[in-house]
Amino acid sequence: MATASVVTSEQYNYDIIRKFTIMTLVWGAVGMLVGVYIASELAFPFLNFDIPYITFGRLRPVHTGAVIFGFGGSALFATSYYVVQRTCQTRLWGGNLANFTFWGWQAVIVLAALGDVMGHSQGREYAEMEWPIDLLIEVVWVVYMAIFIGTLMNRKQPHIYVANWFYLSFILATALLHTFNNLAVPISLFSIKSYSLFSGAQDAMTQWWYGHNAVGFFLTAAFLGMMYYFVPKQAGKPVYSYRLSIVHFWALSFMYMWAGSHHLHWTAIPDWTSTLAATFSIMLLLPSWGGMINGIMTLSGAWDKLRTDPIMRFMIVALSFYGMSTFEGPMMSLKDVNALSHYTDWTVGHVHSGALGWVAMISFGSLYHLIPRLWNTQVYSLRLINVHFWLATIGVLLYITAMWISGIMQGLMWRAFDDFGNLQYSFAESVAAMHPFYAMRALGGAFFLTGMVVMCYNMYKTINQGNTEAAPVAAAA
Amino acid sequence: MELFLWFTKFENTKPLALVIFFTVFCGILLYLYGSRSRGERIEEHKNIPLLDEDK
Repeated sequence: MATASVVTSEQYNYDIIRKFTIMTLVWGAVGMLVGVYIASELAFPFLNFDIPYITFGRLRPVHTGAVIFGFGGSALFATSYYVVQRTCQTRLWGGNLANFTFWGWQAVIVLAALGDVMGHSQGREYAEMEWPIDLLIEVVWVVYMAIFIGTLMNRKQPHIYVANWFYLSFILATALLHTFNNLAVPISLFSIKSYSLFSGAQDAMTQWWYGHNAVGFFLTAAFLGMMYYFVPKQAGKPVYSYRLSIVHFWALSFMYMWAGSHHLHWTAIPDWTSTLAATFSIMLLLPSWGGMINGIMTLSGAWDKLRTDPIMRFMIVALSFYGMSTFEGPMMSLKDVNALSHYTDWTVGHVHSGALGWVAMISFGSLYHLIPRLWNTQVYSLRLINVHFWLATIGVLLYITAMWISGIMQGLMWRAFDDFGNLQYSFAESVAAMHPFYAMRALGGAFFLTGMVVMCYNMYKTINQGNTEAAPVAAAA
Repeated sequence: MELFLWFTKFENTKPLALVIFFTVFCGILLYLYGSRSRGERIEEHKNIPLLDEDK
């Protein structure tokens, strides 16, 4: 039987994947740099320099926008376009429409950052962009959905591989979330200022329905799609259990939608919504850990790769952080735990153990696998990947440890009473107690950023030594 | 009309939704793990990423 390696550059549209991959690296470095700067501002407030454009309040959404939508979003565009083509064995549908999604998405990130710095904000977390940018996102996203579904419909492989299910649920859910969270009335046709269609408790619930499901579908389901393709590819073994991945998909997709209100415990929302959200959050532990075990057990019988392959190490540590943060999240959604943890740095630490430990690490591993294949070459330096791995791991650990200590201390100080029933500590005293941990957090972020810069250098050299020409067909009998 | 009004009450629709979703979930589990031959056929799909050889 004749086998042939594939002339992938002609068979598949790799050009669009290369563009998104490069912007993933750029936005990763930019977003993390801004993150380290604002973390430093919290520790050393003189860094505000009395310039309104660079205060924490304005740069914070620049950071979240650049890392979630710039780095994470570009990584998802790149890998979803790659995975859907490779597993469907067909070229990306829509021709130049893919280029529109690239330029449209980059415009969104830049415009959003400019708006944030200039002080234009809807005041909705992870959705600060004003209505004209929201409309642009809507158009880009619908085109993205059309390209993805069009490619699935053109597939030559009869079965749709499970990674594509996760990607598709992310695309569909994000479309819904973005649309309904951003329903707003502009104050005039030529003003970028608008007001939400919702008010009061309904507005809060809409925001956290969006906010938590952005975590659930944008930052979890989509990156699980990445995991279900790139972990087996890097391990050279199929996923541990395909049936478990199906249970994982349906259980996760169903349960996440109900959990958002756990961000609003002890507020004016109806008590039953709060309890419902906590219940579903606890139930989410099961599919989350099922998926984590499925990913890690893919290495069963090839554990030695953890010693020899730094890319595999990124992926397995990412899955470990996925498991850890999906244990911590349900625990924090319990009302009694939440009474201590809410509004404290513990929440910030939790988010970053998911964002840095899971999202960024699985993206790094996948990109290290992907980039040499896109440019027909080998990785420039495995040693630098190893350096990146340790910088990133130490960075995350420093970050989350600082936030655990700081957050729990904050919670305890805020609820402490003296013998007369008065608050024992003023708010300023709790801020002063945070200082060493804010400095430690900034240091952890600096470690992580340094790793990102090392990756950019390594991948720049890798791309430089590669080429984008189609490889000759190598047929063997 | 009476039937439609029944659906407007949370105390009716919440347990109904629970029954529907739980039944669907059990159905998915039964489909996946209920038959050995079907299970083996489904498991074969996990090789899809490895079918498309890298250069």
